[in-house]
Amino acid sequence: MGSRASSLLREEDIEEIKKETGFSHSQITRLYSRFHSLDKGENGALSREDFQRIPELAINPLGDRIINAFFPEGEDQVNFRGFMRTLAHFRPVEDNEKNKDPSAGEPLNSRNNKLLFAFRLYDLDRDDKISRDELLQVLRMMVGVNISDEQLGSIADRTIQEADTNGDMCISFSEFIKVLEKVDVEQKMSIRFLH
Amino acid sequence: MESYLFPFDNLLCMLLGISFTVWFTLLLVFIIVPAVFGVSFGIRRLYMNTLLKIFEWATLRMERGAKEKNQQLYKPYSNGIIAKEPASLEQEIQEMRRSGSGLGGAEFDMSDIFYFCRRGVESIVDDEVTKRFTAEELESWNLLTRSNYNFHHISTRLTVLWGLGVLIRYGILLPLRVTLAFTGVGLLVFLTSIIGLLPNGGMKSFLSEKVHLMCYRICVRALTAIITYHDSENKPKNGGICVANHTSPIDVIILASDGCYAMVGQVHGGLMGVIQRAMVKACPHIWFERSEVKDRHLVAKRLSDHVADKSKLPILIFPEGTCINNTSVMMFKKGSFEIGCTVYPVAIKYDPRFGEAFWNSSKFGMVNYLLHMMSSWAIVCSVWYLPPMSREEGEDAVQFANRVKAAIARKGGLADLLWDGGLKREKVKEVFKEEQQKLYSKVLVGGEED
Repeated sequence: MGSRASSLLREEDIEEIKKETGFSHSQITRLYSRFHSLDKGENGALSREDFQRIPELAINPLGDRIINAFFPEGEDQVNFRGFMRTLAHFRPVEDNEKNKDPSAGEPLNSRNNKLLFAFRLYDLDRDDKISRDELLQVLRMMVGVNISDEQLGSIADRTIQEADTNGDMCISFSEFIKVLEKVDVEQKMSIRFLH
Repeated sequence: MESYLFPFDNLLCMLLGISFTVWFTLLLVFIIVPAVFGVSFGIRRLYMNTLLKIFEWATLRMERGAKEKNQQLYKPYSNGIIAKEPASLEQEIQEMRRSGSGLGGAEFDMSDIFYFCRRGVESIVDDEVTKRFTAEELESWNLLTRSNYNFHHISTRLTVLWGLGVLIRYGILLPLRVTLAFTGVGLLVFLTSIIGLLPNGGMKSFLSEKVHLMCYRICVRALTAIITYHDSENKPKNGGICVANHTSPIDVIILASDGCYAMVGQVHGGLMGVIQRAMVKACPHIWFERSEVKDRHLVAKRLSDHVADKSKLPILIFPEGTCINNTSVMMFKKGSFEIGCTVYPVAIKYDPRFGEAFWNSSKFGMVNYLLHMMSSWAIVCSVWYLPPMSREEGEDAVQFANRVKAAIARKGGLADLLWDGGLKREKVKEVFKEEQQKLYSKVLVGGEED
């Protein structure tokens, strides 16, 4: 029962999260309730097991990579701030936000940050480039046992060939952005949060 | 000193004696006698309507209080936190590729990952399964602490009302209900044991029926359950199986107070065991030993034997296998649908405003749960008897089970899910992930072929 959840979140915290992520007050309280219901250990933080308990996520071929994206380097627990920060990447881009104060820094849900999130799903060792190996591993996650090694290898080679412009046989973030410049990232990487 | 206390003592005893007698007479007249004869004075409905008005008032006050402080009230996400689009994997990926590189059906594109990514994060924010294993959140407050999400918005008047509510519920209703519960169960054990001494025959079944009904009706009043039965012409008949959606152990009492069923279950120790042994003396119920439960053939055989004997009562089974929170119906286990007899579906829908009937067995034990039940305002529910269904030609047990499940979900206004209720405790099977991988592979390889 997510009953007492909203009373554990202080108004100051809600204001800070609002500024950082752009979610509305009611969205934040509802997401806190969701966070609380996932937190079976009731210790204010989520572990990887808490995420894996969601059946729809467990059957997602990239489930583990997505779960990983919530946890900062080397950590096993994510608190509510971290949770919201990651979710903020999926907020839809609203027009009035484009005219915001430029000194406030790039919002978490900008096109660039959405692409960075996706890039990090491929970049397993977080070295800011996608090697052939990493691409193969992620492809293998997505197709399971249904495609042979050779076929998968040729798919990976072709993809790198098309994207790689500086000849280092890896895809850097700028090359990644170039490949996807025609894709409507704002729409495909956005979730419609209700008010 | 003692001489002073003496008259007080006497007076106290007299008062206690009188109040006890009055209380018991009221109990007898207003509750037990109607239970025995199956009539109702309508007191419970009046009570229910009064409560509803009070709840609405309480919510309005909380909203006003919140507005004054310029804060927002927490509204449960009954409409969902996010809006999902029900497109399939192939549709979405093809669409993405078409808009991106202008080549529909091409092989792997780096943007394919967006689909899985978005779906994954959507399921983290709101998934169909995990929310079915906790109690449903309420739109308006029903003066129970356990369902209040807006503590800081309670005004003094509301607190007083809540305090009054606590007094009534724990001081008056709870002891009353506990007494009734003991009476009901005690009578059940006692009378069924006596009936067990009679020789098998028409008299025994007739008496057994009456006794069972009477005791269940007393138990219904012990919970202050206000039940509305619909379509009673479809009530289950002998030689059939009655299936219903499962929300709590109370489902049994609710159904059995309106008709006679043969129960199915594991043999328990303790009080449950005593009740089980007594019940089976009066009429044949099906109790399995722990070891027998694993043997599916044995279970199926005993059920079919029972069903084949037309003099025996219809079997009551809950195919979900576990308690779900009454917002959806989850996968029905096919075992009861393989037996090949008529199935009588029943839909049970609780109104959570008066008391949450769902038993969250991972959070509360049985005693805690019963205590919650008996200290709520009431248990209000509707029961729909659906027309009987049988397996059609060319339909296998799983399809039949799904058909029955869909009918129950539709009637009760519940979501119809394919997920297994066993996911409450177990991990999802790998095979579902493999299905997703296969689907995606088809999109990849299919693109290569042109």
